Amino acid sequence: MRHAGAEPVPLWHADRDLRGADAVILPGGFSYGDYLRCGAIARFSPVMGELVPAARAGLPLLGICNGFQILCEAHLLPGALTRNAGLRFITRDVRLTVENTRTPWTRGYAGGQELLVPLKSGEGAYAADEATLDELESSGRVVVRYGAAGSGQAAPNGAARGIAGICSEAGNVVGLMPHPEHAIDPLTGPSADGLGFFTSVVEAFAGALR
Amino acid sequence: MSGKDTVEVAAATPEQPQPFAELGLTGDEYEKIRQLLGRRPTAAELALYSVMWSEHCSYKSSKVHLRRLAPSERQSGALLAGIGANAGVVDIGQGYAVTFKIESHNHPSFVEPHQGAATGVGGIVRDILAMGARPVAVMDALRFGPAAAHDTARVLPGVVSGISFYGNCLGLPNIGGELAFDPVYAGNPLVNALCVGVMRHDDLKSAVATGPGNKVVLFGSRTGPDGVGGASVLASATFGGEGEGKAAKRPSVQVGDPFMEKLLVECCLELYAAGIIEGIQDLGAAGIACATTELSAGGSGGMHVTLDDVPLRDHTLGPAEILMSESQERMMAVVAPGNVAAFHEVCAKWDVEATVIGEVTGDGTLTMTWRGGTVVSIPPRTAADGPVYDRPLARPADLDALRAAGPDGFDRPRDGVALHATLLALLGSADLADKSWVTAQYDHYVRGNTVLAMPEDGGLLRIDEHSHLGIALATDGNGRYCRLDPYQGTQLALSEAYRNVAMTGARPIAVTNCLNFGSPEDPEVMWQLAEAVRGLADGCQTLGIPVTGGNVSLYNQTGTTAIHPTPVIGVLGVHDDVRNRVPSGFTREGAQIVLLGITNEDFGGSAWAHVAHAHLGGHPPTPDLAAEQRLAALIAEAAASGLLASAHDLSEGGLAVALAESCLQGKRGCTVTLQGDPFTTLFSESPARAIVSVVPGREAEFKARSAENEVPAAAIGTTGGLNLAIAPLFAIPLAELRTVWERPLPALFG
Repeated sequence: MRHAGAEPVPLWHADRDLRGADAVILPGGFSYGDYLRCGAIARFSPVMGELVPAARAGLPLLGICNGFQILCEAHLLPGALTRNAGLRFITRDVRLTVENTRTPWTRGYAGGQELLVPLKSGEGAYAADEATLDELESSGRVVVRYGAAGSGQAAPNGAARGIAGICSEAGNVVGLMPHPEHAIDPLTGPSADGLGFFTSVVEAFAGALR
Repeated sequence: MSGKDTVEVAAATPEQPQPFAELGLTGDEYEKIRQLLGRRPTAAELALYSVMWSEHCSYKSSKVHLRRLAPSERQSGALLAGIGANAGVVDIGQGYAVTFKIESHNHPSFVEPHQGAATGVGGIVRDILAMGARPVAVMDALRFGPAAAHDTARVLPGVVSGISFYGNCLGLPNIGGELAFDPVYAGNPLVNALCVGVMRHDDLKSAVATGPGNKVVLFGSRTGPDGVGGASVLASATFGGEGEGKAAKRPSVQVGDPFMEKLLVECCLELYAAGIIEGIQDLGAAGIACATTELSAGGSGGMHVTLDDVPLRDHTLGPAEILMSESQERMMAVVAPGNVAAFHEVCAKWDVEATVIGEVTGDGTLTMTWRGGTVVSIPPRTAADGPVYDRPLARPADLDALRAAGPDGFDRPRDGVALHATLLALLGSADLADKSWVTAQYDHYVRGNTVLAMPEDGGLLRIDEHSHLGIALATDGNGRYCRLDPYQGTQLALSEAYRNVAMTGARPIAVTNCLNFGSPEDPEVMWQLAEAVRGLADGCQTLGIPVTGGNVSLYNQTGTTAIHPTPVIGVLGVHDDVRNRVPSGFTREGAQIVLLGITNEDFGGSAWAHVAHAHLGGHPPTPDLAAEQRLAALIAEAAASGLLASAHDLSEGGLAVALAESCLQGKRGCTVTLQGDPFTTLFSESPARAIVSVVPGREAEFKARSAENEVPAAAIGTTGGLNLAIAPLFAIPLAELRTVWERPLPALFG
């Protein structure tokens, strides 16, 4: 967020306090060691008691990797993240295509824009029932998909319909399996393609202020 | 029950037989303990001495040799803490200090690969944490039996998943390491884990208990029965033949909880920042026994511990088991009474259980009580210091024959077809093939400061976002070279790690090591160990950089057959500006390729002899440390001046393999013309060599710098195209090269 020009403030899991944040990112990591099921314990953290209603009221919220898993467990997003096809942890730079640019986290991208961003997860395969998948597709809630546009490339982790990220009906809550925060500077990542997620939300607020 | 065996009971029953041999102590050592105490030890004391005097904890067989590694004044300029502390600490400038260390977890990883390897990561991370540093990265040097062997399919995936499970969850990037295969490791794989940590100069912490009245606090996980006797029974004895011992030793392997370790790391760092710790010690091998004896032996006085207060996972544990347990994710701190409340507050924030279990005393004695009786009363230094053995050495009887049988007699590929086939055979061998099957299971991005990671020559981390200061790390070892000549072989491992660090553009400044050898009771193994240490000491002396710490792992053998002597050497470098990092792949089209260094005919112990002829014999290459220094200085200078598009060291498989790797890594071909005998030029393994590609337009400048640094430099070709072309002998399409290189590991391990 600092790279994108915003001031980051840490939120503590045990505090029921969002500290006046304009937007919240639930980062990756291994909350509670991923024991039991990824995100299953973290969704009960006291801070979620504030975050869930705020998100339902429109607060821009981005869940990355473990954050995505928590958002699904908290029912802010539909579906679940399951063990990778092949059952091994995968670290790989993956090509993504942005399909929805109406969310506060993707409004700075062009539709169909390709990104090169690291994926690093063991339980990253998006899964949902067919009706939910159809609904996500028809309502344009698939935010990013693995592979180049129209390539039909299979997701490296076996995600259903190549889904790498989705959003809530209102679009303010986005869950993303790959890690755009590791693609903000070619020095420490494969590209700077991921920075757009963060500048998008900053610009959304800058625009609102004007 | 060991709890009823108090000091009084022990004094009154001198004749009671004790199971010292089962605990790994010799008759002489048992007698020594009786002499030191003036009575027989209690059951708890016997347990304590058995683990503290184990090879793993006491270094009793290697200590006389390791003294050679003490850095001279010339080497220790940047050293803030050296051998003896948990890990050495090196000044890297701008107020930053770095601590790094490698440790073995070989035997546990054979018995239970996943947990054995996982807890190996956990243990080395706590070592670094105990120095006051934030752990920032890990690496792993792995050696297994033949890649196609049945048991390798059990051990390798388990080890890799264990490292992945623990390191990824802990949030530490895994930035490099090694993977090698050889039949000698079939019954005794090597799993060496390195951790590096960063701190500010004044954050350095010491493992001592000073100040009578200060409280001894145990914090982290509860103590359970896991790993009882791991140090003495598991790590300090030889595995028998096929199958034997595996089941009996399984309970000796610990189980890791990486999330607790993550909490412990953050909790400790917050405790350090608050300035409320007088001394700190990690609990690793020999658990509470080791932490209490080392803290009190290093401090001014004694310590009293109430074992009843140790939080347990299993309430049936007696004092001996409590002392020996190697339950993971535990630390011990010495805290002034006035700070105990604040200490508990920080621990509560991180959901870490903390319990005062004792107090520092001034009486010079380590006493422990349990259920009202005194079960331990010893001078702590006697347990911490342990015996020292100057074991007999013998040059291996087969060494002359081995060296005489060099690979000179084998048919050598002469024409393009044969040379082409040789390169593909090497690239497609498990040792040189693509390691992505392993490394893709590790997160190398987390923490956001990784500039270079495997398969680059060295891992490179950014330390300061504003000044761009960074550190580089590499580990190397070569059991085949060391089998032929442990002195030179160790210097070759040192040379390679030094060179790998230099390739990133960093200046090498310090060395750590993990010495993996067979049984010290075998004079031929002891000779190998002594020679390796002498080689390392002399090598570091020549390079002018210190050995800051290390680890010795002995009894690595199956039955009476020892592994190849395998010192794994880690080198740390400082990078003044990580923006000037140099990748190993050909990144620029049309760049001139320059071969640096001198190529001799070096095939003893080579990858070619191993892969093409399954042969080990002859002499390894002769190390040239002065040439390594000149090469490193040239690369650092050229990198800082922006002259280099890539740099890749030459090692196993020589120039041919290095060219292939630079093409595959950079996704760009090259055309090279050779001078001299093509086979020697392509596959010899002479040290102190590298290939660089020069930024177009800067060729003359680089040539002048090479000359100034007295590094022989030959322009051998140009990058570009879709083939690896060795004109006029052969050309291999990159797609074919990639298939051959990427196929082996997935084909073997799924």
